This record gives sequence, C-alpha cells and structure tokens, in this order.
Amino acid sequence: MTAVAERTALEIGAPRKRKEDQRLITGRTRWTDNIQLPGMLHLAMVRSPFAHANVTAIDTEAAKQAEGVVAVITGADIAATQGACANAWPVTTDQKTPAHLPMVVDHVACTGEIVAAIVARTAALARDAAELVDVTYEELPAVLDAKEAVDDTVLAHPDLGTNTTAVWTLDSAGQGTGGHVDDAIAEARVDGIVIERDYRQQRLIPAFMEPRSTVVDPTGEQITIWSSTQVPHILRFLIAATTGIPESKVRVIAPDVGGGFGGKLQTTPEEFITLAAARQVRKPVKYTETRSESLVSAHHGRDQYQHLTLAATKDGTVTGLKVELIANLGAYVALVGGGVPVLGAWMFNSIYKFGSYRFTTRNVLTNTPWVDAYRGAGRPEATYAIERLMDELAVAVGVDPLAIREQNWITHEEFPFTTVAGMTYDSGNYEAATARAKEIFGYDALRVEQKRRRDDLDPVQLGIGISTFTEMCGLAPSRVLGSLNYGAGGWENAAIRMLPTGKVEVITGTSPHGQGHETAWSQIVADRLGIPFEDIEVLHGDTAVSSRGLDTYGSRSLVVGGEAVVRAADKVVEKAKVVAAHLLEASEADLEFVGGRFGVKGTDKGVGIAEIATAAFTSHNWPEGVEPSIDAEATYDPVNFSFPHGTHLCAMEVDTETGATTMRKYVCVDDIGQIINPLIVEGQVHGGLVQGIAQALWEEAVFDDNGTLVTGSFVDYTLPTSADTINYESEHTTSPSTTNTLGTKGVGEAGTIASTPAVVNAVVDAVRHLGINDIRMPLSPERVWRAIRDAGSAATGDTP
Amino acid sequence: MAKISVKVDGVTYSDDVEARMLLVHYLRESLGKVGTVVGCDTSNCGACTVHLDGRSVKSCNMLAVQADGHEVTTIEGLADGDTLHPVQQAFHDCHALQCGYCTPGMIMQATSFLKDNPTPTEHEVRVGMEGNLCRCTGYHNIVRAVLAAAGEGGGSQ
Ligand code: FES
Ligand code: FES
Repeated sequence: MTAVAERTALEIGAPRKRKEDQRLITGRTRWTDNIQLPGMLHLAMVRSPFAHANVTAIDTEAAKQAEGVVAVITGADIAATQGACANAWPVTTDQKTPAHLPMVVDHVACTGEIVAAIVARTAALARDAAELVDVTYEELPAVLDAKEAVDDTVLAHPDLGTNTTAVWTLDSAGQGTGGHVDDAIAEARVDGIVIERDYRQQRLIPAFMEPRSTVVDPTGEQITIWSSTQVPHILRFLIAATTGIPESKVRVIAPDVGGGFGGKLQTTPEEFITLAAARQVRKPVKYTETRSESLVSAHHGRDQYQHLTLAATKDGTVTGLKVELIANLGAYVALVGGGVPVLGAWMFNSIYKFGSYRFTTRNVLTNTPWVDAYRGAGRPEATYAIERLMDELAVAVGVDPLAIREQNWITHEEFPFTTVAGMTYDSGNYEAATARAKEIFGYDALRVEQKRRRDDLDPVQLGIGISTFTEMCGLAPSRVLGSLNYGAGGWENAAIRMLPTGKVEVITGTSPHGQGHETAWSQIVADRLGIPFEDIEVLHGDTAVSSRGLDTYGSRSLVVGGEAVVRAADKVVEKAKVVAAHLLEASEADLEFVGGRFGVKGTDKGVGIAEIATAAFTSHNWPEGVEPSIDAEATYDPVNFSFPHGTHLCAMEVDTETGATTMRKYVCVDDIGQIINPLIVEGQVHGGLVQGIAQALWEEAVFDDNGTLVTGSFVDYTLPTSADTINYESEHTTSPSTTNTLGTKGVGEAGTIASTPAVVNAVVDAVRHLGINDIRMPLSPERVWRAIRDAGSAATGDTP
Repeated sequence: MAKISVKVDGVTYSDDVEARMLLVHYLRESLGKVGTVVGCDTSNCGACTVHLDGRSVKSCNMLAVQADGHEVTTIEGLADGDTLHPVQQAFHDCHALQCGYCTPGMIMQATSFLKDNPTPTEHEVRVGMEGNLCRCTGYHNIVRAVLAAAGEGGGSQ
C-alpha cells in the first residue's frame, strides 16, 4: 500500500502524457462530421452576399426540382419555430438588442446571413441546389466601421433608430475605489505627464481548425443534437428557452471538438436551422460548414477603438487612467458579445496601483459579422493598451520600461490587494516572475546589443518588448455575474461514480476541446482518492451524462470545474469513511485516509476505497441507515476570480529598409498558481502565444467597402505556420491562488493576453529612435516600412 | 460515374464514384476512413494529408478518380497493429497535439517529410511542415516531435 500512496501522491504536478492522444494520433476520432445515421439527409445554406439588404422575394422552384432535394426552407417557413440566437448578457438594462433570427425573414444585417436552406440526399446535391435558389435583394446602405456607426448616419438596423446598443461605465470615483480621473489628468497637465493615445484592436477570426458541424436526430423520444460546440449545456438550455421544445426532450452531445478559442462559445444560426430542418423532414440531418462559410459566419473577435489618457507624476508614478472604447459588436449582440469589452474594465489597470480610473465602452452595431469572445475576450485588448502605455510613459520619463513598471506595480507584500477597478487580487509576485524572465532572456546583454546596433546605424535594428500582464480567470462567482446582469451563473458541477470493480468515472460539466481535461481531471482524482490514474475515466460533453454544467471558456475549467471535482472526491471519501469504520469495527475518529486506504491509526488494519465501492455493490455488509452508495456530486461556485500573471519578454529584429520583422527570442515566466500537468500547461502557453503574436504581426479580418469579407478563405486570412514561428522559452513561478483548494489560477488565455503587446512594444522599441511611437496592428512589413518612411519626413512622438 | 480501384490502408476497394468526388470525400464518405479530415476549401490547411504511393498529398486537392490504380495510406493505416509509428509515438511523447484535428495531417506530412530528409534541422522541419496548419499548439511541440521522431529513425520507416 505504501508504494501506491507514494506514486499517487505524485500525480498533481506530474507531466503525464495525455489519455486523449491515443485516439487522436491513430485517427479513431469522433468529430461531428463523422456521424452517419440511417436515412440521414444533408443541409446546405443559402447566404446573403450583401452586408445590408431587404429580402423582397425568394424563388425556390428550381431548387425544389433539383436532383436529390427533399426540402427547401426559407425564413418565413420556420419563423415561428426556429428559435433565436440569444444574448445572455445585456450589459445595461436599456441595452438595444436586435432580434437575431437564425434564418432571416426579410432583413439581412451582414454578409453571410442565412436566407434559405436546402435539405438533400447528399451534401454535394444540397450545395448544387443552393445555387439554384433565386433571392431578390433590395440593397441598403451599410455601416461597417465602429467609429462611423457612432453618429447614426447609416443604421445597421433601421428599426432600432440607433447603432449604439449600450454605453457602460466603471468609475472609481462613483464606486468608491478611487478618485476622479479627470482631476488626476488636469493635475498632470499642469505638473506631470499626460500620455494620450488611440489604439486599434483589429478584428480577428478565431479560426479553430475543425469547421463547425451539427447533426440532429429527431427520431427518438429525445431529440439528439451533436454539435461542434464549447457549450453543450448552454446550447440545450437556449434551444429549450427559444424554441419551446421542453428541455427534457433535448439531448446535446459535443463529441470530439476541434478547437474553439471562444469561437465555439455561441449558440449558432446553423445549429437552430439544422434542428428546424430535421424536425420538418423528420429525419436525421447533418450540416457541416466549409472553411469559407466558417470565416464569414462564425463570430469574430476584438474590433475596438481605444482612446486612452494616462496621467502620471513627472517621475512616472501613474495617478490615473481614462479609457474610452468604441466596440464593434457586428450585426447582432451575440451570446456574450456586449460583455466582452466590459470584461476589460477590470483589467486596464492591470498589475498597477493608481488612484483614479474611468472606463467607458460604447458598444455599437454595424453591418458586419457578429463579434464575440475570442481567446482572452476583453482582457487582451485591455492588456495591450496598458502595456503599450507603460512603454510610452517610460520614454516620457526617460527610464527603462521595466523600471517604470516596477515603480507602479503592486508589490508581493501588498496582497491581497483591492485595485482601483474594484477587484481583489488574492496573490501574485510580479518581482519574482520579472527577475526570472530577465535572467533567462539575457535582458541586459540584449540592451547592450541594441545600443550597439543603434550606434552602428545597422539597417537591422533590435527592439525589446515587455508585457507584465495579469488577467482575471475562473469565470465566475455567480453573484458577481448577477450584479453585471449576466443571464447565467458561474458555478461548475462534477460527479464521481465509484464502480463496483474499483474503477472510477468522473463526470464533469466542463466541455473540453483540446485542453486535456481527461488527463488533468484523472490526475486530480488519482491523488484525492488514491485510485490509479489508469483506472479513472473522465466523461463530458453529453447532457445525458453530465446533466449540470456551464461548459468551457474564460480559463474556468480547472479553477472552477477542477474544484468541483475535488469537492466531489472529498464527498466520496467522507461517505466511504462511514462504511470503513463499520467494516473495520473502528470509530471514524481513529481512521486516516492515505493513498486510497482507510487505516486504523496505530494498527495495520485497513480497507481500500475500491473495496468499499465493491461492498456498496453487494451491500451485504453495510452500516444501518446508510445509503448503499459512495458516489457523490458537487457543485462549486467560486468566491472570487483568479489572477494569473506573468512577465513576457520579446526581442524583435526590424529591417529598417524593408519593414520586415523577425522574432529573435521570446521568454515568458507565468505564475498560474499550482500546476496540475506541466506538459499541458506548456502546450496552452505555446498555442496562446502564437495566437497573440498573430494579432500583433499577421492576422486581420478585412472587408471591402460593400462589407464583403476580403479575408474570406485561408488564402487571405493567413494563420501562422510552422515556418513563421520560433521556439518559446517558458517557465513558471508559483504563488498559489488562495481561493480554491488546489491553488490553481487558469492558463488557457494567458499566452494570448500577454504576447500581443510584448511583440508590438518590441517592434516600436526597435524603431523608436527614428521618431516612431506606434504602428497599427498587424505590423505587416508594409506598415512598418511606411511608418519608417513617414517618420523620416515628420518627427512625431511625446519624447521631449 | 467512373470505376476506380484503389488500395487503401492495405485493402483494395473497387467502387463507382462521381467524377467530381474528391479523394478526401471518397475516403471519408465511401470508405468510412474518417480519421482523415477536412479543414479548408482552398488546399491551405493540410488536415486532409494522406500518402499516395508513399508520398504526402492533400487529399482535398485530388479527385478520387486520380487515385485509381494507386495505393493510399491514411492515418488509420500508419501504425503497425498496436505498435505506433515512431512519428505517432513522438507526437504523444512531446504533447504535439491538443484538439487533435490537425494531427492526422501533421503526422502524415511528417512521415513523408522524414522519408525525404531523415536528419533535418529545426529550420528544415519548420519549412517542411509549413503546409499544415495548427491553431492549438503554436507548432513548438510539433517541431519537437518531428525532430524527436527523426532521432528515433522516424524517417526510415
Ligand atoms: S482540407 Fe485543407 S488542405 Fe485539404
Ligand atoms: S491540435 Fe488543434 S489544430 Fe492542431
């Protein structure tokens, strides 16, 4: 027994190779598009080529006659039954929320909206017939840009009367967490430093690798829906809430899901329409989007204009920050679309302590595809702004950018610390992470090299970028969500089934799509119950199996869902202890639970928890009045967010003659609290970094003047490749979270949040001596080259 | 309809296929070889990569009829029974996959690449794998896995 105890004690923190891999590396996968059902039919969508139009007529005759066509569906046909794409987070009580029908009836508000659908015997025949649907559009003027939307000259939804859906403000003076920011700015204008900047968060496309797919089987007592989604539980609830189908008649399964990054945190028109089609034809129906459809119709991310005013004393101590955002929500207020910019409100102040703060976001509608969560959701935008500003402040004061950060950040003795935005950070150590990052990076040597290249007028200049970020993870305490008018809670659920053969099933309400929950949850339970890692099976993503859950997003799965697993496991132990005392004829007080075994202290008498599971099966020898089961379930509502942080350092080379940028080195030291599996953590960090670097250097969703997505395929929306990227040096410091048992903080979004400003700061640092203090993302060679050329003719910047 | 005869993962199939049917759809829909997946419609992503007569091809970029008389290996036919191919093993060991959607294509491309270049440098791996997109891993561990497989003789198999 000792051997088992020692081995299982090592699970948390061990670089376990993933349980998930075996199937995935041999092609034994269960993607939604793999599903074939008897009599299954296929769906193809007819999408609007116009950004803004009235639909005046739809002629479906030719399509109906086409080979293999079973049904042609228009919005008018299913208007009453199709349900609706809901907005779960009206950020203000007077938010203007346009109705979002899955299939439009007469008004198209963005390119790619679905106006009709074909059900046919094969996907190819459905697509052929879709070409034959003749839709008459009356084109309307379209508003595409968020700034242009503000004055309401052109309305995205004429019936709403305005493009502004909500204006949301957080003011430290109003809520009592700080002073008046306008006072701080006025004071700094007289006797200090004011940095005023406009930054653009370009629109991005999440571009998960598995295109979305939905299969609906309406033939059983329960309608079964397989979907490539991050949120099977939310989907089930919203189908019931908006179609009137009783929730108990709907089962949603998220089988293998090929990435999401927030992009599959949505209840989509395609899901609702596939459901409506299957109910109409009373046969299983499958819809799988093409990549080109996906890029235009799955929700986009970011797209903000940021106007920022930072006030500081002459020596660089920040005294206030004013943030004025215009956020482009696209054509509809998506599931949490209005809330994404709001989430940034608590993060613009980041790791810094200062006296006053005001954040305002104006959320506007435009005739572009809807915008919602994309990895980081609101927090990357905030981090970008403050980390860029800190560099500008350092320049204005004339000190090293790390020094200016150190001067302003919360020191490790000051935790727990309540910020000017009103969040209480429980733990952290910015000094430790920064010191370690500097060391690995070789910060001082690179600064020397930078100076040498400047002095030598080297055409290839070197820049160093810093990002000392924090984020709020573990969404979220339900009462906080309630106070923000969010339509759901933030708890998570887990259940543990102790099988009679000693094996264990762990049921989680989180819904992984690449994060490795099966492995990590097994490690947690192995330690908690003393059951071998291999004997544990993690089940998820099926509402018939995990009846309660709020799914996976916002770096919440481990911090909230993992804690629920811990609590369920602890309940199992509690229940088993009563039985152990009975079986061992000992008092509970004399028992200790070590390595999966209840032992009577001071003796060698004991019984294993797996044996108790077997005893529950027969129940022949069981304590009086105790239910014959040691299974348990727990629902956990977090008491606070968690606040991972880290220091990222990036070295970029910039060819000042061509504008080409090359990443030379990237080092990150993240503090994500207790690590369950370092292998999985590294993977999350690497993937996150590249998505953030891609925002800095490569990616942008571009529309032409008519609102057509120019970057509508992988030819034009250029994801980074292996040849574009480098190896990353990633390490950790650890200050455990104090608000959950495991001390975890979450890591899913860290890399993405931190890396964008690190890269841009590095490029700007490389060319700042030429008179450049900003370049718009993505920093294509052309933009860098133009910035250098323009700086040559007119010096800019705040540098004295 | 055209008649084709193709050997896939060691089994010969004779089928009538529509002339316009892509090889990837033939594999997935006619043969149930759903381990091979589709990630794009412009031949950019490499998710559909298989071997045709031992060399990697993007199976979305080829018609099924073009495979007539040829031999196709998919991710499902790469392992030797229960023994993983060294590249598969390396992907597992190096945590070179997260969601796993790109993984079949990545592994098929890597095996083909290593056949041509059994002892690549990191740079050569990065260039050799450029046609396969991954949104999850940031490529760091994929590159590591391909180099590890090369060390294990992944290229010679
Ligand atoms: S499916 Fe993308 S290259 Fe074949
Ligand atoms: S592992 Fe998800 S796309 Fe590569």
